[in-house]
Amino acid sequence: MEEKTKNRFWNGIVEFFKKDLVSYIIKRVLMFIPTLFLISILVFFVIQLPPGDYVTAHIAALASEGEYVDANYAADLRADYGLDLPVYQQYIKWIKDIVWTPTDSAYYRLYHSHHNWKYSFAYGRDVWSVVEERLGLTIGVTAVIMIFQYLVSLPIAVYASTHQYSPGDYITSIIGFLGTAIPNFIFAIILMYLSYKWTGNANVGLFTPEMLQNGIHLYNFGDFLKRMIIPIIVIGTSGTCGIIRSVRAQMLDEVAKQYTLTARAKGVPEHTIIMKYCFRAAINPTVSGLGGVLASLFSGSTVTAMVLNMQIQGPVLFKALQAQDMYLAGAIVMVQAVLVVVGVLISDIALAFLDPRIRYSGGGR
Amino acid sequence: MAKKVKSKDDYYLASQWTLMARKLKKHKLARVSMVILIILYIGAIFADFLAPYSLEEFDPLYRNTAPTAIHTKYDGENVGLFVYKLDKQINKKDFSVTLQEDTSEYYKIKFFVHGSEYKFLGLFKSDLHLFGVEQGSNGGTGAKIMLFGADSLGRDIFSRVLLGSRISLSIPFASAIISFFLGITIGSISGYFGGKVDMVIQRIIEVIGAVPQIPLWMALSAAIPPGVSTIKMYFYMTIILSFINWTGMARVVRGKFLSLKNEDYVMAARLSGVSTWKIIWKHLVPGFMSYLIVNLTLGIPGSIVGETSMSYLGLGIKSPATSWGVLLQEASSVTDVATNPHKLIPIIFVVITVLAYNFLGDGMRDAADPYK
Repeated sequence: MEEKTKNRFWNGIVEFFKKDLVSYIIKRVLMFIPTLFLISILVFFVIQLPPGDYVTAHIAALASEGEYVDANYAADLRADYGLDLPVYQQYIKWIKDIVWTPTDSAYYRLYHSHHNWKYSFAYGRDVWSVVEERLGLTIGVTAVIMIFQYLVSLPIAVYASTHQYSPGDYITSIIGFLGTAIPNFIFAIILMYLSYKWTGNANVGLFTPEMLQNGIHLYNFGDFLKRMIIPIIVIGTSGTCGIIRSVRAQMLDEVAKQYTLTARAKGVPEHTIIMKYCFRAAINPTVSGLGGVLASLFSGSTVTAMVLNMQIQGPVLFKALQAQDMYLAGAIVMVQAVLVVVGVLISDIALAFLDPRIRYSGGGR
Repeated sequence: MAKKVKSKDDYYLASQWTLMARKLKKHKLARVSMVILIILYIGAIFADFLAPYSLEEFDPLYRNTAPTAIHTKYDGENVGLFVYKLDKQINKKDFSVTLQEDTSEYYKIKFFVHGSEYKFLGLFKSDLHLFGVEQGSNGGTGAKIMLFGADSLGRDIFSRVLLGSRISLSIPFASAIISFFLGITIGSISGYFGGKVDMVIQRIIEVIGAVPQIPLWMALSAAIPPGVSTIKMYFYMTIILSFINWTGMARVVRGKFLSLKNEDYVMAARLSGVSTWKIIWKHLVPGFMSYLIVNLTLGIPGSIVGETSMSYLGLGIKSPATSWGVLLQEASSVTDVATNPHKLIPIIFVVITVLAYNFLGDGMRDAADPYK
């Protein structure tokens, strides 16, 4: 019996990889290309927003600081940015430089990189090195917060839906909603204040000065974790409300369906009904919403990161936009948007794996 | 028995909306939330009258003072609610200035007092305020009543919360309605026509959803010309918020359309030559209106919090206009919170409003659920 089910299971998987899933994945990946194209256009539009052109402003700023500016340097910059070309050619050049910068270009000679994301004037170095610096930490922090979000919200949602209209439903929902209701920056400030009052340390920033010097090792890892608590609570709870609400709603729909009644009539334990049947069906929209959660984490963390002085990309993006360091801002927006789209892609594929109906209908997103 | 039959008849004859209203009553928290929201909106409408001071009134003496203490006993005698005037006390040793209550006379809190002039509901001029302090027991003047304390310019936070609620409660509401219509229109086009149109719209939605909101805010608010009037600023803010928020609604509408457009009744309408526009608005949209209204209610709290973040970043409403976000700018560092905890009071209003909208939306969702 056991053997047979197992075989059927594996056969199913093999079958599934043969036809549906592969064609679904190919279709989904192909759809990724136009999205990427649109994102790049939007980013290019954001880059073009400030009035006047970039190089002239930069040269003027340098000159006003009393620095000597070589005429060749300005001309080189203009050529590198393609400022004398029409707008659509500027766009094409911008994309081409990002994808592949030839070895004989000035950029390659300076930075030894084939991907020219242009130059950040505020930081005085090439854009990619600024983006790269915080990319790993941004992804790491976001991933940890995301896991926390689901760990908190899923149990609350299941409890609230199985105890509808009980005091427990109301209390857990209020706790879940509170993080969304308090604006992030105020929540962060309040927690920092409480932390200072109780422990004498406001826990600002992700690293101590000592960590910045020596790096994170086993002996100071605990301290690093301590510094993660406030960001996790503030940013994590800001999204729990949405997840709780959608899972609770789905669960309520599922619990009321015929199959639940049948299972109950057949004597299946309540716990199994809820976890094995209802919850599995209810979690689908949550899986497909993963990309959206990721996007809201990137945006939601910016303000918090500014208040808490976290070394992630959000504040850099904000400052770049303020200083009109547009190529840096554009690169960060682009990287974050692509990460989100990849997240959506992965969650779509995961969903297709979980729910066969999706593959047949060609992805009803 | 007869009564039971009648109630059954009632049930079968009731319209969808009556059924929803009945089910909504079961969600206690939703009912409470509705009452709270109604009170808040009434407060916003009559803010001029309810607030003892106007937006411009300030008293430098009262800078950063904690909520005014309200007393009832003067010289061991019960004289009703009253406050004392504050007075500067200079410490002769280090010349530090502290404010102390001047207990030589008391100022009774009176109802329907005359204060600064305003236009009641924008219709007629009035200077009547619900409560306030006028003259002291010995004929002195200059006492203030600041229930929530004062901000860094000596303005009454209570009045500003009330007057600010006009913007904070209406911008999200208006922008939710705009994004509601944008979402329905674009989502229905996408779902009904399908094919290439759907493909393009879906990619646009995906991109708007993927790009972090901050640059979108900054890009869009950079488009607001500097020095615009408060009313115009308000208008622009509404548009910005709705431009970012319509995508969720569009996605819901599209999903519903995909599942409904092949139903027989739509086919029948199409065969009888009903125009596409009419099929969308007359036959399809009413079928899931309840879901959309729920979505609408749930979109508002997000915008309320969004407005405060925008103001924190300095991208939103600017003084002299006031919103809750502008009030919270005063509490934007740990030092502010540590030295003047009363400046956190506006947050209570934000939290209550957001929670109320969420629970109301939840209750409406449960009510709109036909399986229950």
